[in-house]
Amino acid sequence: MSDGHVHTAGQAHQPIAKDEHELTYFEKRVVALTNLLREKGIITIDEVRRAVEEMEARTPTLGAKVVARAWTDPAFKARLLGDAKAAVAELGLSTDGINHLVVPENTESVHHVVVCTLCSCYPRPLLGEPPDWYKSAGYKNQIISNPRAALKEMGVELDEKVEIRVLDSTADVRYLVLPRRPPGTEHMREEQLAGLVTRDSMIGVAEALAPAPR
Amino acid sequence: MPNRFKEGDAVRVKFEIRPGHIRTPMYVRGKTGIIAAYYGSFPNPEKLAYGGDGLPPVPLYGVRFHLSQLWSDPSLKDILQMDIYEHWLEPA
Repeated sequence: MSDGHVHTAGQAHQPIAKDEHELTYFEKRVVALTNLLREKGIITIDEVRRAVEEMEARTPTLGAKVVARAWTDPAFKARLLGDAKAAVAELGLSTDGINHLVVPENTESVHHVVVCTLCSCYPRPLLGEPPDWYKSAGYKNQIISNPRAALKEMGVELDEKVEIRVLDSTADVRYLVLPRRPPGTEHMREEQLAGLVTRDSMIGVAEALAPAPR
Repeated sequence: MPNRFKEGDAVRVKFEIRPGHIRTPMYVRGKTGIIAAYYGSFPNPEKLAYGGDGLPPVPLYGVRFHLSQLWSDPSLKDILQMDIYEHWLEPA
């Protein structure tokens, strides 16, 4: 392309569909920056596309592998709680872009839940992009002001004896919650267990799924 | 930069109003907490955000607060833990 502009999805020379909306201020800025970086030969469109594809290929199934291994291998779990980045690397998973990874363990007596009140810090290499609600002012406000009520509203009713710890991820640390292993899963293999580990359970706003009845 | 605080130390978050890419949310400024973890030192993001190198790296802690104190509501029993860089903390 030598015509100096970027074609975004749905924009062709012969438009077949009308764009859904005018570009917002930030979208325009992204397009302008991308064009400048291309013109100066710093990046290519292909590199941008590949970066987006890599980003979108990351899903919570990666984090679920980590959790399922921790549930089935006590030595791995000990290493994970001690030095999470090193333990995750053992599974061949990348934590590039995370400066410091911490895996807090949910137990009978402590329940962790993660928020980023300043922006949207999130363990993206292991969970993908955060859900919209995670970035909403409503979630942020409710979880830091009354986490017990907020969790109840999201379907997690905790015993009064369980201490809730809200982790406000403001800096270089990213948190991946290790949910409790559901009862009745003793017979299950690691790969089957991974299917019970949801995104929300690794943020701490849900428990892991109950196994299907046998 | 050696870390000034260790686990269990009581600290107060400085109450300062600064412009820019500040990583200490308003709602904990002026509040007292306990050091729960020391994570190591990291280039200062408040300088990195403006093209600086962020050096020297600053110690980063997990600081634990009681929600009851944070919101002056004794009915709250739970805990909030936040990552805070050392230059925002002073002994309490």
